[in-house]
Amino acid sequence: MSRTWAYLSNYLIYSSMAVYTLSFFAHAVETAWAVKIPNATTSKTLDYKRTEKVARIATAMMILGFLLLLAGVIARGVSAGRVPWGNMYEFSITGALAFSGTYLAALRKYDLRWLGLLVSIAVLLTLGTAVAVLYRPSAPLVPALKSTWLVIHVSAAIISGGVFLLANAIAAAYLYLDSMESKGERTAWAKRLPSLEYLDQLSYRLVAFVFPLWTFAVIAGAIWAESAWGRYWGWDPKETWAFITWVAYAAYLHARVTIGWRGRRAAWLCLFAGSTFLFNYVYVNVWGSGKHTYSGL
Amino acid sequence: MSQEVQLPELDSVGLLRYVWRQLTSMRTALILLMLLGIAAVPGSLVPQRTQNPMAVSASFKSSPELSRWMDRFSLFDVYGSPWFSAIYILLFVSLIGCVLPRTFEHFHAARALPPATPKNLHRMEFYSTWPAVGNELELARTWFKSQRFRVLEKDGSLSAEKGFARETGNLFFHLALILILLGISFSSLFGMRGEAILNVGERFVNTPTSYDSLAYGKLFKDGKLEKFIITVDKFDATYNVVTTAPEDYTLNVSLRTGDLTTVEKQVIKVNSPLAIGNTKIYLQANGYSPVVTVRDSKGNVALQGAVPFLPQDSNLRSIGAIKAPDADPQVGFVGSFVPTYQRSDGNGAISVFPQALDPRLLLSAWGGDLGLDSGVPQSIYRIDTSSMSQLGLKSLKPGEVFTYAGGSITFEGYVQWVNLQIVDDPGKNFALLGAIVAILGLLASLFTRRRRIWIRVGDVVEVAGLAKNAAPGLEQELAIFTTVLKGEK
Repeated sequence: MSRTWAYLSNYLIYSSMAVYTLSFFAHAVETAWAVKIPNATTSKTLDYKRTEKVARIATAMMILGFLLLLAGVIARGVSAGRVPWGNMYEFSITGALAFSGTYLAALRKYDLRWLGLLVSIAVLLTLGTAVAVLYRPSAPLVPALKSTWLVIHVSAAIISGGVFLLANAIAAAYLYLDSMESKGERTAWAKRLPSLEYLDQLSYRLVAFVFPLWTFAVIAGAIWAESAWGRYWGWDPKETWAFITWVAYAAYLHARVTIGWRGRRAAWLCLFAGSTFLFNYVYVNVWGSGKHTYSGL
Repeated sequence: MSQEVQLPELDSVGLLRYVWRQLTSMRTALILLMLLGIAAVPGSLVPQRTQNPMAVSASFKSSPELSRWMDRFSLFDVYGSPWFSAIYILLFVSLIGCVLPRTFEHFHAARALPPATPKNLHRMEFYSTWPAVGNELELARTWFKSQRFRVLEKDGSLSAEKGFARETGNLFFHLALILILLGISFSSLFGMRGEAILNVGERFVNTPTSYDSLAYGKLFKDGKLEKFIITVDKFDATYNVVTTAPEDYTLNVSLRTGDLTTVEKQVIKVNSPLAIGNTKIYLQANGYSPVVTVRDSKGNVALQGAVPFLPQDSNLRSIGAIKAPDADPQVGFVGSFVPTYQRSDGNGAISVFPQALDPRLLLSAWGGDLGLDSGVPQSIYRIDTSSMSQLGLKSLKPGEVFTYAGGSITFEGYVQWVNLQIVDDPGKNFALLGAIVAILGLLASLFTRRRRIWIRVGDVVEVAGLAKNAAPGLEQELAIFTTVLKGEK
């Protein structure tokens, strides 16, 4: 029974990877076709229509991939009879799910379709690493993870991570386009991308939106640590880096709101803060010591 | 005139005031905040005494000179080091210096009325105007009231303001951080934290001497230790047969509290500690204690009992030391215990499952001086064999006897041990309260818009607004306001 679900989960995740790949190619084609626009002054409308159609396919594929991945994550949970957050493989597939979910949610409100190329490749790389390197058979949780706080703490952390990384991707795009503009004009394909001000605002808004959730994730972790390990804060490497991420984003918010940092400096600070999160996920889980050793590696 | 900048002469008060102003400036606070983040990094890369004392002593052994230098900079105690403390103390002083004046200011501002409507409304944001009908002021008054704006009415105009929760939330957030820090300091002054290893069947009386390690706060009084006695009745560990990972640990204890006469049965699990008053007892680790009897050449018992061994891997291969100082001559055994024995090429005996399915005790016997009287504290898991000679090696199944020159040792069997962590942390509720207030304050400060809306009615109606922070939404709000004023539904 549980083995059937585990296999089903694997198939769903492979399928989602295939669909994300299609989405990636569609996004790539969209970006490539957009290059033609400046020269084709007479058939401008035609070109937009073409890219528009491909772009819609790309987004549709992204949604389909998200749904397949969601089903895969749920099936993984069912196979183990618990939330699918017991080892690094499961953190990774859920993290990829959160990242592409955040993108799709933000896409409803903001002009973000251009970012789909980056999002689909990031999701593919994450899933690929998960399947190839991190895979572990579905198994019950170790005693320390058996707690309601697992659901609360980990879901808050994963969602925060998804949004932080999206903000990071936007800040990176900002820096890239900014350096392009400072050398002259944007190259053809980049012309359809939003203005620098828009990107600047958007990455700030994402961070401001999710910072309270990250704060909550850290606090929920502390409450859980108190009941599992007898202390709510012990400077365990994971805790330390969660704190560093918190401090870095707090500094980012202060720099923007109080001192009025904008643009390049703010984007670099945002990237730095996001990289502390990634470091925590990759380095501390895989090579780090301490009490958060649940990667199963 | 000289182009040099003339610095004002500073007397000592002036200097203090200058330092204070620098310290409480936003820029300094931000730098301190970043510094705090950076200062936290080395503690996650270098082993810390509080978390991994073994790795610290290993570092001292492998590179003593470097380790001594690192120790001089407190790199093995980063979070208690002078420089780390200096950063966060300065940060909090800066924070208090920043937040307290703002709190008073905000307190006054929150009770004051908004400033009068500016003369040139058309210079403000989202200005719109249309011919007046006459009832607009009345409508605006009602709408502002229903939206809970604070309103100043003057010369046919209304000046309305809303969104003080932004600054209130901001201040509460920062005050809550101070509360968290106070909670942590309170715990470190008045709290206690200790650990004790107990074999199944053993009894623990909560007095300082019962602990293997115990740390008090400076202001914790000995007599304040909670009165209780715990007996370890039973410990069950279940493991996954495929992955060998643990699935459940359950500890059954008998607890006596109060006058110590009535006995209650209690269960302690990893995520559910046992609470006795303000003291909590946590199940932290577990392992095996081989039960042995050591006899001398005449057959007299020199040592009998269960000796806790230290787990080395997830299958609980454990190492330890059995010391019989009462034997003549003294004997000691360097041992390793494997719960489920398998021979492996190269590694000798390994354990393939954490449960004791086929236990083995592998011993190396040493005779001579154990060095227990030298005054140098020794690890209970190790033997200093420098002034001893080896008497022999043997692998034992339960019930088997190893006879060496000068005596024998019998492997009677094994019991499990548990490591209990006993904690009294009186400040944690302040810290929790601080954390909750911090989140609520953060939400209020990030998602509240502070804004002003004005309306002036003469021959024409003039409406405009001002967003005092970058959050969007004023335009839509003014659109709604205008619709209300025009009587459109």
